[in-house]
Amino acid sequence: MKHILAVLVENKPGVLVRVAGLFARRGFNIESLAVGKTKDPGISRMTIEVDADEKTLEQMIKQLNKLINVLKISNLTLEPSVDRELVLIKVKAPTSSWAEIQQIVETFRAKIIDVSLDSLIIEVTGNEEKLQAIELLLSHYGILELVRTGKVALLRGSKTIQNGEVKK
Amino acid sequence: MKLSGAQMVIEALKREGVEAVFGYPGGKVLDLFDHLYNSELAYYMSRHEQGAIHAADGYARVTGKPGVIFTTSGPGATNLVTGIANAYMDSVPLVVFTGQVATSLIGTDSFQEADIFGITLPITKHNYLVTSVEELPRIIREAFHLASTGRPGPVLIDLPTDVQSAVSDFSYPTEVRIPGYNPTVIGHPGQINRAAKAIARAKKPVLYAGGGVIISGASELLRQLAEKAEIPVATTLMGIGSFPGDHSLSLGMLGMHGTYWANMAVTEADLIIAVGARFDDRVTGKLSSFAREAKIIHIDIDPAEIGKNVTADIPIVGDVKNILSELLKKAAEKKHAKWLARIAAWRKDCPLHYDMKADGHIPPQYVIEAIYEATGGEAIIATEVGQHQMWAVQYYLYKRPRTLITSGGLGTMGYGLPAAIGAQIAAPQETVFCIAGDGSIQMNIQELATAVAYNLPVKIAIINNGYLGMVRQWQEIFYQKRYAAVCLEKSPDFVKLAEAFGALGLRAEKTAEVVPAISKALSVPGPVVIDFCVRPEENVYPMVPPNRGIDEMIRGDIR
Ligand SMILES: Cc1ncc(C[n+]2csc(CCOP(=O)(O)OP(=O)(O)O)c2C)c(N)n1
Ligand SMILES: [Mg+2]
Repeated sequence: MKHILAVLVENKPGVLVRVAGLFARRGFNIESLAVGKTKDPGISRMTIEVDADEKTLEQMIKQLNKLINVLKISNLTLEPSVDRELVLIKVKAPTSSWAEIQQIVETFRAKIIDVSLDSLIIEVTGNEEKLQAIELLLSHYGILELVRTGKVALLRGSKTIQNGEVKK
Repeated sequence: MKLSGAQMVIEALKREGVEAVFGYPGGKVLDLFDHLYNSELAYYMSRHEQGAIHAADGYARVTGKPGVIFTTSGPGATNLVTGIANAYMDSVPLVVFTGQVATSLIGTDSFQEADIFGITLPITKHNYLVTSVEELPRIIREAFHLASTGRPGPVLIDLPTDVQSAVSDFSYPTEVRIPGYNPTVIGHPGQINRAAKAIARAKKPVLYAGGGVIISGASELLRQLAEKAEIPVATTLMGIGSFPGDHSLSLGMLGMHGTYWANMAVTEADLIIAVGARFDDRVTGKLSSFAREAKIIHIDIDPAEIGKNVTADIPIVGDVKNILSELLKKAAEKKHAKWLARIAAWRKDCPLHYDMKADGHIPPQYVIEAIYEATGGEAIIATEVGQHQMWAVQYYLYKRPRTLITSGGLGTMGYGLPAAIGAQIAAPQETVFCIAGDGSIQMNIQELATAVAYNLPVKIAIINNGYLGMVRQWQEIFYQKRYAAVCLEKSPDFVKLAEAFGALGLRAEKTAEVVPAISKALSVPGPVVIDFCVRPEENVYPMVPPNRGIDEMIRGDIR
């Protein structure tokens, strides 16, 4: 099952390597990873999407917790949360197809951010299903290149992981 | 007070109560060694960095205090890797200082630069690359705290030369604040109650004690609990010494080369109380058959060990000492006469055994027994890795914690001699034996020079079977005796070798010569090497073949 972990870490050199190295050597798979500073510049937040059974997930969280620079781990999948990912898609697009593509872009509330005579770059943000749907549609025109940011996620409501429970 | 980085290190070591530093110098630690030279700290120079770190590790295992190491950058640092991994696997507290090229040169492939921070990420509890002298006091304080608390382990501090020479205000923090590090010490009272109830209900309980009991200083509590509830105790290799080997409730070691009765008892037990142990594959054999009848209580300070290999029915995270003292209060007094009788029958059915006379050769097991007799079971024994290591735990009964010094998790050949040196430095009044194989001893034989240089009276018993015996045993049993790369016929003459190093060399070729050689060695005040020429193709039994349950032992011929 897929889980989204929000991991608060001290913003110190090597911390990304520590986390990535841990996943690699213990054979845990990372589906996606996004990192950035929080409002406290000394603390970064990693959003890690993993695909793991319950036992592996438990080990993953426990092993992550053993890293000294890891402050807190929350499994956002266990609570109401929202997640988003941003994707840039470069599509093969002769001028003749622009109108159709424009339609798709509007339906998905995406944006065209670069135009050339034979290609377009489309920026789209959303959850997994939405991104899959637009990708499928655009693939009819020919996707030249695609890049994703990795998921980011927050708990719904006023609750935050800064004050919530979780580092066991 | 204004100090240079190098002075800060020395000052911090004093504040941490460090009494000995192990190391090897080089171009990137000249400042550090210069201030070490000027200080009152005792330092021990090895002949190879691996020797220094294993010695520090042996020292740490005997004293329970962190071992401290200084080496230079690049090759000096990379020579530590095996020693760091070894300490990490066995949860040994070490604080390792490595020199590094100047911060301005890092990342330029400059002379003797190696990314030891990156290299040791997976084998340290934590590590640091210091980039400014101001943060050095805090880092050293943290390093000692991390190394020695919770589940101990090695911590490395990489110190660029410019940080060593830079001067700054020095004040040593008394407190540590590491927000991401908060080991659980106190066991959950509800879980401890459940454990006490399970113990009260159990008819066939077994305590399974690991290295955590020794680390946490809980041996006495373990004995009291075992006696109060009359529970037999099996130990892991790391747990040997946590419970007196000559106690009537001691089952000896369990696992691959465990005793028949320990393995059978665990297999039939209805309750396993795992204390400071981690269900390693050398202990469990095939997981699905391990303790298949038993409810499992798992006590450990490292939450990640719980549920890693087996699912615990009653997990208790915390310090073993704390938990055992609570459990002891709550556990009911019990008697298990029937269960103990069953175990006694197994013991009678398949005792540890060897053939005294089959050929003219000395049985290797006999050498261990003779050392046991000669030392009254009171010596500190450091071992190398192989068959001799297994015999050293089967035929020597350890009565006290911290008297068996052995590489458990990593199984590092070359560990024993330097570890014996560190042990002797830690305990100058005690008799220290290194039980070595003819293969292993050649991995760090240069450290004999260290023993001679510091006049450390370690007694090195080489169980010389002419083979990499443990590997040969596997080839004999599982590869139809195709002895690939295991014959050591061109070994040096160990007696002459000892003499060349300035130690005494002795040899025993007949069984009758074993005891006199040991007495002679014990009567000499300096280091001694004894070359015991033993039966070449003796095997270690019982043996659990790979991927089998621990009740499926090859028992060896009982004559
Ligand atoms: C550094 C290292 N290399 C290889 C091994 C694999 N190994 C395990 S036991 C052993 C043989 C040890 O031979 P010896 O020291 O003579 O001991 P014996 O088994 O003969 O008693 C080997 C090669 C190891 N454990 N460590
Ligand atoms: Mg040998």
